[in-house]
Parts: sequence; C-alpha cells; structure tokens
Amino acid sequence: MNAVQVAPAPAPHATGVELVRRAARGPVRRRRLVIAGTAVLVLALFAARTLLGDYTITVPDFFRILTGTQIPGASFILMEVKLPRAVLAVLVGFAFGVAGAVFQATLRNPLASPDVIGISAGASASAVVAIVAFGWSGSMVSLAAVVGALGCAVVIRLVAGPGGTHRLVLAGIGLAAAMLSVIHYFFTRADEWDTQLVLRWLTGSVSQANWSQIGVLALILVVLLPLVAWAARGLRVVELGEETAYALGEGPARQALLLVLATLLAAVGVAAAGPVAFVAFLSGPIARFLNAGRTTLLASGFVGAALLVGGDYIGDYAVGNVNFPVGVVTGALGAPFLLWLVATGRTGRRAS
Amino acid sequence: MSVMNSDTRPDVDPAPAGAPDGRGAPGRLSAESLSLGYGERTVVDELSLVIPDGAITVIVGANACGKSTLLRGLARLLKPTAGRAVLDGRAIHQMPTKEVARILGLLPQTAVAPEGVTVVDLVARGRHPHTGLWRRWSDEDDRAVAEALRLTGTLDLAQRNVDELSGGQRQRVWVAMALAQQTDLLLLDEPTTFLDLAHQVELLDVLADLNANRGTTIVMVLHELNLAARYADHLVAMKDGRLVAQGPPGEVVTEELVRDVFGLEARVIPDPVSGTPLVLPLGRRARAAHPQED
Repeated sequence: MNAVQVAPAPAPHATGVELVRRAARGPVRRRRLVIAGTAVLVLALFAARTLLGDYTITVPDFFRILTGTQIPGASFILMEVKLPRAVLAVLVGFAFGVAGAVFQATLRNPLASPDVIGISAGASASAVVAIVAFGWSGSMVSLAAVVGALGCAVVIRLVAGPGGTHRLVLAGIGLAAAMLSVIHYFFTRADEWDTQLVLRWLTGSVSQANWSQIGVLALILVVLLPLVAWAARGLRVVELGEETAYALGEGPARQALLLVLATLLAAVGVAAAGPVAFVAFLSGPIARFLNAGRTTLLASGFVGAALLVGGDYIGDYAVGNVNFPVGVVTGALGAPFLLWLVATGRTGRRAS
Repeated sequence: MSVMNSDTRPDVDPAPAGAPDGRGAPGRLSAESLSLGYGERTVVDELSLVIPDGAITVIVGANACGKSTLLRGLARLLKPTAGRAVLDGRAIHQMPTKEVARILGLLPQTAVAPEGVTVVDLVARGRHPHTGLWRRWSDEDDRAVAEALRLTGTLDLAQRNVDELSGGQRQRVWVAMALAQQTDLLLLDEPTTFLDLAHQVELLDVLADLNANRGTTIVMVLHELNLAARYADHLVAMKDGRLVAQGPPGEVVTEELVRDVFGLEARVIPDPVSGTPLVLPLGRRARAAHPQED
C-alpha cells in the first residue's frame, strides 16, 4: 500500500480532487447525451406515428388542426385516432419504463420487472374480474387494476420473504402464471367480448385511446412522477444492496416506498393500456446499455415511450392490413431479450 | 476492562466523549442488554458492551456466535428484540437513519457493485448521507471522495470499472466508499474475507492509519485471531450470543479463552514482531509429532 508517494510532494490533495472531478465528468456528459438522444427518438417516433401512415398529415396541417382549424377528414383522424393513440403510448410507455427500471435497480435483478414478476398481470386480472364479474366500468376498473397490482406486490413480498431476489422473481413468475389463468378463465365465461378488449387485457393495446382517459392518466403521472423522482434520489445507494443502503441512510421504509410508487406507476399504465408485454422489462436494460451500465430513470422512461410508440406503429402497418396490438410487437422483442439474459447469465447478481 | 458479567450495565454518558485516545472513557456507541434475533431464534442474548472512542475494537468468536449480528444491531440494521443500541446517548433505532449515517458508517458483507459502475462513482455514493434535497454536490464532496481514494491507495483506479478489479482492489474501493461517508465511527463486517494475507494486512494497515490520523473509532468483525490481536486496541470475544471477555488483546487472548471460545487447543506466545499474543493451534498432527507438548 503506497498511499503516500514520494515523488510529487506539493499537493497530492489538489491533484486528487482534480482527478475525481475529471473522472466524474465523463459519466455526467454521457447521461445528458443519452437522455437527450432518447427524448429526440421519442419525438421522432411520435411525429411519424401522428403524421405518417395510411393518412398522411402535413406538419403545417398538424399545427392548424391543433390550434382549432377544422380540416374535413384530417381533423377527425388526427384528433380522435392518431393523436390520442400516440399520446397514450408515450405516457404509458414512460410509466412502464420508469417502473421497470426502479424495480430492476432496487431489486438488483434485471428479471425483477413488474411485467415479469406478475404485477402487471395482477393489475390486468383484477381489472378483468371487475369488468366481467362485477360489471364495473371506467375509473372503477382502473382502481381495481391498481388494487390488484398492489395486492400482487404484497403477496410476492410475503411469499418470497426477506433476502435474495431470486425467490422474489420465482414467486412473481408463479403468481404471473396464476393471474394469467384468472384472465383466461374470465374470458371463457364472458361471451360478448370483442377481440380488441380481449387483446387489451391480455397483451396490451393503445388502440382504444380516448382523451378523457388520457387526461386522468396524465393527471396521475403529474402527481406520481415527481414523487418517484424524489424517492429515487436514494436509488444510487439502494443499488448497492439493502444493507449498504441502510448504512448510507436509506432505510427499509424508503426502499419500500420507492417500490410502492413504481408499482403504482406500472398499475396505472396497465389500467390505461393493458399489460403491454415486456416494455417495463426492456426499457431499463436498454437505457443502462446506452448509459454505459448506469441506471438512469429518465432515459428508461423515454426508451419505454419509444418502444410503445414505435411498437404501435409497427403493429399497425408492418404486415399488410393486419393490425397487431402493440403488446404483440413488444412481446416479440422481449422474448429474445429474455433468452439472451438467461444465456449470458445476467439474471441474478453475484454478491461482492 | 477485563471479563464483564452480562448484568453489569454500563453507564452511558449523554455527552459524546471526543477524546481521541478514549480507552476506558465512556463510548459514543454502546449496547445495553441488547438482544437480537431472526424470528424466534435469539442470536445475541442481552449483551452489554461499550465501544471505546477513538480505538480499534475487534469482535472475535467462532462461526455463528452472533458477532456479525451484533455489528448489525449496533449499526441499527437489525431491530433489537430487547434492550437497545445507543449512539450519543440516544437509542439508535429512534434516530433518523440519515442522521445516523453521518455519524456511523457500516461496510456490510452483502455490498453489491452495480454492473458497469466506476470506482469514483461508487466511492461518491458514500457521500449520500451528506446530500439532500437542497444540498447539491459541492467541492467538499469532491475533496472527501479524493481523500477516501488517497487513503485507500485507489486514486489510480478512479476511472476503472469496479467489475475489472481484483478482489483486494475491490475491497479497498468498498472501504473507500465507507471512508467517503466521513463518519466518526466505522463498522466493518469481516472486511478481510476473500483476501490473501498480504491484502489482509494492507487493508488493516489502512484502517489502523485512519484510526491513528483521524481518530476514527473502528469496530470490526475479524476471523483471523492473530491479526485481530495485532490490530485491536480492544478485543471482544463472543460465544453463543454472549460476551465472554473483553479488553486489551494481551489480557484477553489466553489459552483458556481460545479453548473456551473456539474449542481449540492452542499455545499462546508473544508475537515476536508486535509483542501481541500469537495463537498457535496444536492440531492433531503437530501434537503427534511433539507428544511432550501435550
């Protein structure tokens, strides 16, 4: 250990500080670049989704319609179909992306995202139960979805017990399967379902978007996201392990609060668009990959939004005149990624 | 400071005693009839202990004697089932956890480095308890991180990924993170596990320097009895969740104690290098070769 070096005696202190500053600068710059880049990507996809497709809308027309000018045909298609769908996709995608990244970082396991460990499925199942068994509709269904997600989160926590996240992931995957069977069961009992609704609660879809629903979701996100941002200030130490985080002043209560907020985010996303497969699961790792391995919630949110808008666009136009719900597209992206995670052994962190 | 009965309750001075050489002086950190356990199982049983300020305290004992559990209880990571851990005259579990984190640091065994994290980024996270909603990163934080890197000899590694480091380097980086926290008390749970002897000594020297230069009170759990005897000012021996003996290593480490606490037949001689007790296990093989020693 030669902490004290003999040669340049003058100010080892100052050079150390300079070195620390220099070493910290790179990651900060990269993070800004990644956030800006993913935000621009979302904007580009959003523009493509709203302006291109079967019915092309020019940019001047887009702003004229937004400011109130009526253009026969174009106004309806933009305001009632394309725009709400794209806006909902951005909001839901952002919520899923942030929720997934929080889960993965807090539980230190890329598999532990809400759509893999049954929280999204729980929200979906209880929404379906609310619709089919109780005949509820509207915001009551959304409420049921949120309660279902929280209930599932609590059950997983209790079953897994304290300690390793491997147990938590296993418990969650089991619960996800159970919740899926609940959804299937109620669909066999309900006979007058159109396929759109079925698909929405099974794989997720934004094709039913409407403005009142978007308004409610936006309002909830305006409340939730700042809370998440506040609670997530501890994420950088929570990532270091439960005990290390506690030693650094982030107690179990704050760690639990962060997970509850992320569960709520995932739940309102599911309530609005169904359990769009793998968006929460994919966003965090993609954002982390771009950001040289470091977690960034903002970029995760943008990646989630990009996945959902992009996925919806592909689902709508990729194959002739078949319209896939977005969940089918993201599911097709997520499955190979899951296999890749397993194959490269990244499914659980080693200790040390 | 010799063998202490479990019913002697130390008096706790509400005012923190700041004497750098506070041996025998009332300590800022103490356990008062502290019981700790997991579920129904009691692991630490009504243990009372005062950590001397400004000294290096080392807790030793056989596997599963409750030494790591005690350390976690002292660091408020485990809620006591009875009794309390006291920091600066207050029950540590009732203090705001972030306030505790500015006074007392802990390096647990379970620390996980996130993938792709650089050394400087990891060490900087040790500043977490000093940051807040209204307090942004400052020059003082940069200085604390640089100082922690310098003290642990990891300044050259600052930009490297933690994943790429050797075990010894990685352990020094974790210690650097705990040092960046700049606490008056530092608790370490088996910091030398997985390190070879040279790296063990290197790490313990870093901690000894820290104690000597900054007066940081250090409490650690160590497995290696001879190193514990060499580096401890105050040695605490535990067995079955209870305190068996405490005091200067020269008084604590005896052949009877090693037999009692570790169930090991051993000779104890003065360490020719440091004069501290040196434990030489007899073992069956050595005894067979020198039957007269038995």
